[in-house]
Amino acid sequence: MLKQTAIAFIFSLVSTISLAQEAPQLNDAQIAHIAYTAGQIDVSAAKLALEKSEDPKVRSFAELMESDHSAVNEEALALVSRLNVTPEENAVSSSLASQALEAEQRLRSLSGGEFDRAYVENEVAYHQAVNDALKSVLIPNAQNSELKSLLETGLALFQEHQSHAEHLLHEMK
Amino acid sequence: MLAILAGVSFTPAVAARADAQLHVIEIDKMKFGAAPAEIHVGDTIVWKNIDLVKHTATARDGSFDIDLPRKSQDSMIVKTPGTVEVYCRYHPGMVMTLVVTA
Repeated sequence: MLKQTAIAFIFSLVSTISLAQEAPQLNDAQIAHIAYTAGQIDVSAAKLALEKSEDPKVRSFAELMESDHSAVNEEALALVSRLNVTPEENAVSSSLASQALEAEQRLRSLSGGEFDRAYVENEVAYHQAVNDALKSVLIPNAQNSELKSLLETGLALFQEHQSHAEHLLHEMK
Repeated sequence: MLAILAGVSFTPAVAARADAQLHVIEIDKMKFGAAPAEIHVGDTIVWKNIDLVKHTATARDGSFDIDLPRKSQDSMIVKTPGTVEVYCRYHPGMVMTLVVTA
C-alpha cells in the first residue's frame, strides 16, 4: 500500500515530465510557474509532516524542506517581478498540483511510523522527478539567464534534498 | 594577581600576531568559495553566505560550527595549524578544505 503510493507518484510525475517534453516549447513564464508550484508543493508536504511526525530526523528534514523551498520560491518571485514576467499557469504545473493534492490526501490518512515512511518515500520520489524535469526540460528551455541560473542552483539544492531523503529512507529500512 | 589571571585566558601566539590576515570565503549557488591560498594561525576567516538558502560552515573535526542564515556572515579566528575539512550541515555535499599553517 505504501510502496504503491510512492510508485504511483513516480509514474505520474514521469508522465508529467513527458507531457512537458511533448508540450509546445515552454516559455519562461510557464517555467517559472512550474518551478514555483513544485516548490510550494514541497512546502505544503513539509508543513503536513511537521503537523504529524514525532520523529526528530523526519521533523528536521521537513523543517529544512520548508526553509529551503520557501527561500527558493521567494527568490523566484523576486526574479519574475524584476523581469516583469507573470508566471503563467500551464498543463504541467496543473498536473503537478493535482497529483500533489492526491498524495497529500493519502498521507493525511496515515499516522506514526507509517506516515513517516510514506512521507520520506514520497520526498525521494518527488525530488527525483523534479530534478529530472529540471535537467531535461526546465533548465534547457529557460531563456532568461537569471532564471536559468536560479533553476541550476535549485537543482544543486534539490539534489542535496534527494540525497538527504534517500539516507533517511535507508535508515528506516 | 588579577592581571595574571586575565593573562591566562589569552592565547598569546594568536593575540600577538601583528600581520594577521583577513580572508573572506563566500558561499553562493550551493558552493563554498575558493579556499584562501595561505592561512596562518591568528588569521580571521569571514564566512559570507550570499546564497539564497541557509548554510553552515562546520568543521569535520568538531573545531567549529558556524550557522549562516541567508544573507548573513560570521567570522572566526583560526587557532590551530593543520588541514580541516569543512561542510554544510544542511547540505553535506558542500565541502571544502582549509589548510592552515603556523
